[in-house]
Formats: sequence, structure tokens, C-alpha cells
Amino acid sequence: MIFDLMAYGAFFLTMALTYAIICLGLNVQWGQTGLFNVGIAGFVAIGAYVSALLTTPDAPDRFGGFGMPIVIGWLGGALVTGFATFLVGALTIRLRADYLAIATFGVAVAVQLCVLNLEPVTGGPFGISFIPRPFASLAGNPSLFSALNLAVLVGIVVLLYLALERLARSPWGRVLRAIREDETAALALGKNAVRFRLQAFAIGGAIMGLAGATQAHFIGFIAPDNYMPTLTFQVWAMLIVGGSGNNRGAILGAVVVWGIWAVSASAVSALFPPEQQARAASLQIVMIGAALCAILLLRPRGILGEVRMFHRAKVPAAGDLPANPPANEPVHAEKS
Amino acid sequence: MTDAAQPVLSTQSLVAGYERDLPIVRGVDFTVREGEFVVLLGPNGAGKSTLVKTIAGLVPVHSGTVLLGAADITAMPSHERIRHGLAFVPQTENIFATLTIHENLQIAANILPKERRNDRIGALYTMFPDLGSRPSHRAGQLSGGQRQMLAVARALVVEPSVLILDEPSAGLSPKIVSEVFDRLAAINETGVTTVLVEQNVKAALAVADRAVILVEGLIAHEGVASRLADDPIVAELYLGARHANKSVAT
Amino acid sequence: MNPQALMDGLITGSMIGLGAIGVTLTYSILRFANFAHGEFVAWGAYFALAVSGALGYLSGSLLTPIGPFSFGWSLPIAAVIAVALTAGLALLVDAVLFGPLRERRSAVIILVMASFGAALTLRNLLEFIFTSQPAYFTKALQIAFPIGGGLRATPDQLLTLGVAAVLVASVHLLLTRTAIGRSMRAVSENQQLSGVVGIDVRKVIRTVWVLGAGLACIAGVMAGLLVQIRPQMGLDLLLPLFAAAILGGIGSVPGAMIAGLIVGLAEALAVQLIGAEWRSAIAFVILVVILLLRPQGLFGRPE
Repeated sequence: MIFDLMAYGAFFLTMALTYAIICLGLNVQWGQTGLFNVGIAGFVAIGAYVSALLTTPDAPDRFGGFGMPIVIGWLGGALVTGFATFLVGALTIRLRADYLAIATFGVAVAVQLCVLNLEPVTGGPFGISFIPRPFASLAGNPSLFSALNLAVLVGIVVLLYLALERLARSPWGRVLRAIREDETAALALGKNAVRFRLQAFAIGGAIMGLAGATQAHFIGFIAPDNYMPTLTFQVWAMLIVGGSGNNRGAILGAVVVWGIWAVSASAVSALFPPEQQARAASLQIVMIGAALCAILLLRPRGILGEVRMFHRAKVPAAGDLPANPPANEPVHAEKS
Repeated sequence: MTDAAQPVLSTQSLVAGYERDLPIVRGVDFTVREGEFVVLLGPNGAGKSTLVKTIAGLVPVHSGTVLLGAADITAMPSHERIRHGLAFVPQTENIFATLTIHENLQIAANILPKERRNDRIGALYTMFPDLGSRPSHRAGQLSGGQRQMLAVARALVVEPSVLILDEPSAGLSPKIVSEVFDRLAAINETGVTTVLVEQNVKAALAVADRAVILVEGLIAHEGVASRLADDPIVAELYLGARHANKSVAT
Repeated sequence: MNPQALMDGLITGSMIGLGAIGVTLTYSILRFANFAHGEFVAWGAYFALAVSGALGYLSGSLLTPIGPFSFGWSLPIAAVIAVALTAGLALLVDAVLFGPLRERRSAVIILVMASFGAALTLRNLLEFIFTSQPAYFTKALQIAFPIGGGLRATPDQLLTLGVAAVLVASVHLLLTRTAIGRSMRAVSENQQLSGVVGIDVRKVIRTVWVLGAGLACIAGVMAGLLVQIRPQMGLDLLLPLFAAAILGGIGSVPGAMIAGLIVGLAEALAVQLIGAEWRSAIAFVILVVILLLRPQGLFGRPE
């Protein structure tokens, strides 16, 4: 019994930590740079598929796999995703802030379509299985195996956390913060704001790719269904709950929201008859969607938030918008 | 103007500013009587613009009241104030550049009863023939002076009791400025109470009845405009704002 | 392009165009990309489905097909009621979500994020109520008849195109010729000045929601009549809607409609040339091309 619980705990935590990595990536983009990415699922999928292609054994019915070491797969996943993110950013980062959102949403749709239809490469709707798991040789000893897997993810999260904290305090991070708070000031300093934002966007994307890769290897198979818009939404909920701009919050938010998700999912399967479960699962998303909106309304800084991003002084002239809203926007990407 | 004239606009202990903890107008009692032409002067950052924007309903009031005639309009949304006779011309972006001249005036006339709208717009075209000669031009294509005229015309469409202008001379050549000011004086002659925020001290004092000098969010001095023109106190307030504020505060 | 693809493209395009008008209006006047707009299309379709079902239950004669069409009076009546309900839904979402965020002057991107949350909530609520099974207004099959030039169309399809054309022309006239239209253009240029000149900005915002949601509802009813009704239909339409709004130039109503037709025709062409499975990629390709070459859109002014 205790062992079961521990095994489940390790499984739960490992899964939650893969989300924590995505969250950390999103935090570089949103929390630290103010870039709104609505295509998280697409970027995570790129990382997962690239790593799977690189590391799976050669399959006769599709392109690859190349049987490379897992580490190569993870790095490859991160690099390719980082590059894809860079391209999307280069296209839209100079334009209005919400064009980036629309473009990333488009990326998620396009990636979803590609993994579904490029069957010779991605396995189509069936996905890719036999993705090698770390420490596979120890699979005979389940508790050691899952403990080691958990340890790997804890290691990655800790390393990423330390690196990102360091980065945020570096001159690079300070410029980024200056750009977010006040673009004109940053430009006056002679720094190229667009370049810095693009770098941050690509770094965040690479981290999401890495997360997708580790998740794929932890589960062992991937399919297009894993990368629906719900994933994007879950990650956003995690970051908002944790408080954007706050790396510790991002990790905590991931664990908390994944916990709520897992509990409500098991509640759904326990409470509803099998034929009603799909319906009840949509109610799950309804509730979390409403919670996301409620947090934006009631606690815009998140539960652990420490970075002021959202508030402006309240104004009695209710309903009147500022003459030029972008001027009120701490994070806009308007071309003047 | 005689002292017997009724106050049409006044503020009482008005404190206002965009941020709660950073009031820009810091307790102003400002009164304008019927038919007066008042100019608000003061160094940069004194709170002149903020004061008139607060009166127009564009800046949050922290405390104090704004009265239009006898009515308390402190909490009234800005779009209601014009219905009560308070017209405001902002300093910049004071016309709709993507709309035509005629549409700019139509929008203003919209709060009038239907049957009066065209008459009023026609009257303003007569008053500003430059605008009347090309009603279907896009306002964005007008010159700086013409834009100011359109902005003033727009404000006058509804025959306001008080006309407030925030630095209408900004960015205009001296020749155009004197034209604009002559126009304002003529409008004031027709009985429209006028409040003008200005940086251009000489030109403003030449047309106004009375001047109010604001320093650091407080009224530092006020007096008859023609006498203030040569008064050294004006220069002193502009130069040594901080020092003067202590010695001449109301 | 073969004539049938042309017809399909025109029909899809007019639905996209109607939806894109709402996107472009909310974008230019409320100044944010509303990711929940697609859900108004889906909710509109389901509102009409529920109402027409109820009407049919009350009086079977309402189900008797009108003339050459596949539906009875229950559908047009239900469509009118559904437009009102969808507009009410949009006003409700604005009152509880976007309005309070605007009031505290949240950054634009917070509004975008809120719309994203609203979209998921609304979509999954539909799935919860109606399940993910596709639904139809009528099961009647219509025969397409030749209308010249090798084109064939069903009466329903022709009606749909006609309704779309009338709606676009009306909205265009509303914006250019009426007082509320002038106010909308004024608010989209400068909200603060609009208040100063006496425009009730909140009323204009409500008008925008009613107009956008109403058109979205009609697009949803058309989709339900000609294709099918699914909870995911709003999500599937979202990228084409954004692509059309940006391609047409933000704020331009005729632009949104023309761009909607372009997107619809491009999709139909792609279905023929590459295959139906790639249909949804077309909007993305168009979006990327327009952002690369002319981010202000075909009929937009450079910012």
C-alpha cells in the first residue's frame, strides 16, 4: 500500500515536473518578457516529436528513428523548437502584441495538422511508440526505476531554475526587464529591444521543446491527441496560479494545477458512468477555464505572484478606455 | 466682468491625479464667473493641464468637488459633461483624423435635438469658412491651425456655456497663434465663458480678463490679466517656482 | 478551379467573412484579439438548434419546408431569436469579464488571455450540454441544380450567399452612414476624445458586441444549415477568422468580407490540389504571408 502510494506519488510528481519545465519556458516568454504565446501545445509537440524521431530504433514503416542516445534527443528537441520559436518571433515580434498571440495559435494548429497528416514521419494519428525511457535497464525494479526518473526531472527543473534565476539577474535579464517596463527607456539606452525579446522568446521555446522531449520519454509514446489546445490552457493556468514572472511560482503552480487536474479527473471517472465521462471531462475544463478568468479578475498577480504586471491605478470614469491603450500596456510590441 | 456675475464653474479643494499616491492637482479652489475669459498659467508640470482634464472628467479625482453652475459634476462621466454645457478641447489629438470635417461636427451635434443639428453645423461653417468650403475633406489632411479651428468649432457646435482649451497654441506658428487667440476672444465676446491653459504668457494675457497662476499643483497667484502683463511676480513664479510658492501662496 | 470548388469556397468564405467582421470590429474598437469570437459562432448555431427544435415540437407545421428550401419557418424564427441570445451572451461575457478588466485598465494582452479562458469555458460548456456529437437542422438532402457557368448550387446555398451579401452591405452602410456608425469609427480612433465630444463609449462597446455576436450567430446558423453543428466549430473557425480580419485590414468591414472570401476560396482550392486533410493549414499560410508582406492588411492603413 505504502509502496503503491509512493509509486503513484513519484509518477504524479514526475509528470507535474514536466509541466513545470513548460511553465518555466513560458515564464521566460510571458513573465519576464511579456510575450503572449497561445501555441504552447505546438511547441511542446515539436520537441517531443524531434526527440522521438532521433532516439527511437529504426522503424521500417516510417522515416527514422535514428536510435541516438536520449540526451541527443532532448538537446535536438530543444534546439529545433527554439529555432521554430525564433522564426515565429521574427515574423511577429515587431507587430502588435496580439499578432504574436494569433501567430502562435496558428503554429499550434499547423503543428497539430502536420503530426496528424505527415504519417511517414510522425506516425499520423497513431503517433510514435517505443520511445526509449531513461534507465530502461532498471525497469525490473519499479520503485528504483521511478525514483531515478523522478530524480532526473528534479535535476532538470533545479538546474533550469538556477540558470533562469541567474539569467534574470544578469545584465541580459535586467535589459529584458527594462524593456518590459518601459520600451522607450530601453531604446534610449541603445539596446535593441526587438533582438532581446526575440532571444527571450526563442529561449522560452527551447525550454518548452525540452519539456516536450522529456515528457515523451517519460511516457514512452506520443500521439497528436496529447497536444490539443487543452495543454496550452493547462500551462497557462499553472503560470497564472503561480504568478507570472516568478520562477518558483511557475513550478509550484504546475504541481498545484496538475494536482487539481488529476484529482478532478479521478473524481470524474469515479462519479460518472462510462458513457458520460467524456461529457464530464469537458466540465472539468469549464471549471478550470472559469477559474483562470476569476484569477485574472480577482488576483491578477497570481497566488504567489510578486511581479507587478497588470494593475494600473483605478479610475472612476468607469468604462472609459485610455485614448491610446498601448501606452498603458507594460508589455506591448507596437511598432510606433 | 463684474464681480456680481455668477460662478459658472468652480472647484473646491480639488485633489486629483492619475496615481492614488501621486496627486498632481493638490487642493485647488478655482472659480470662473459667467462670461469671463480666464487664462491658466504656470511653469511646466504645475498641473494646469491636469486641472482642466480633471474638470473635463478625464483624470481621477481624489477629493474635493467640481461644480458646473450649481450642479456637482465631480463623478459625472466625461460624455455627460458636454450635455451640461461644458466643452473641452484637448491639447493633442483633439479631432478625429480618420473622419471628415463634416463627420467631426456631426458627432458633436449628435447630442442636440435632431432639428437643430444642421443649423448649428451650418452656423459654424459660416463662422469658420475654411471648414465650410470643404466639409468632405478628411480632418487628418488639415494644417495645424485648421485642426485647432476644427477642434474649437467641434466644441462650439453644442453652444456650450463654458469652453475649456488646453494649450491650443502648441505647435503653431506665432502668426497662426494670434489668429487663434483673436478667434477665441471673439467667441468669448458672444458670451461663452472661456478657460485657456497657456504656455504663451504674453499672447494669453493680451486676450484674457483674468489670469490664474498655478505652481506645483496649487494656485500661487491670480489677478487681472492686463495688470499682470508687466508684473514681476509672473516672471518670479516662472523662474523661482519653489521659492515663490512659499511666499505668495494663497 | 473547378466550378464546385468555387461554390464551396464562396460559401465557406461568406461564413468566414461574417465572423471576421465581428473580429475586426472588436479588434478595432475594443482593441484586442478576441479568441472567444469563434465560440459565438458555435453558440449561435446551438441556440438556433435548440430554439428551432423547441418550435418544431410546439407546432409541427413550422417544420414543413418553405418553397425550395430544406427547412421550415422554425429555422428563420429560431435564427432571429438566436441572434438575440448570442448578443446577450456576448454582453454577459463583457459584463462579467472584459468590462471589469477594461475598467481597471488592464494591459491589452490580459484581455487577450481572458478571451482565451472564456473561449475554453464556452466551448467546453457546449460540449457538456450538447455532447461532441454533430447535429443538424434538417436531415433533408437537397439536390444542387445548375445555375449557369457550370456552377451548381442548392437553394439553401444560394439563400445563404444572398443573406451574407445583404448583411455585409447593411453593416457597411451602418458604419458609414449612421450616427452610431460614426461613433464607432470615432471610438476606434480615439476613445478619450470620443468621451469628450459626448459619445457614450460604453454604449458603442455594447453595440459592437451585439453586432459582432449577431453576425457570428448567423455564420453559425449557415454552417449548421450547410455543413453541421459541432462544439468544436468555433475553434476550427478561429484561425480563418483571424486570418481574414488581418488580411482585410483591421477595422475594415468590406475588407473582412473580401478577405473571408479569399480565405474560403483558397481553402477550397487547397482541398482540390493538396487534399482535404490540409484544409486548416491554409489560414495559417495566409496569415504568415500577410504578416510577412503587408501586416496592415489589404485595406488597412499602416500604423
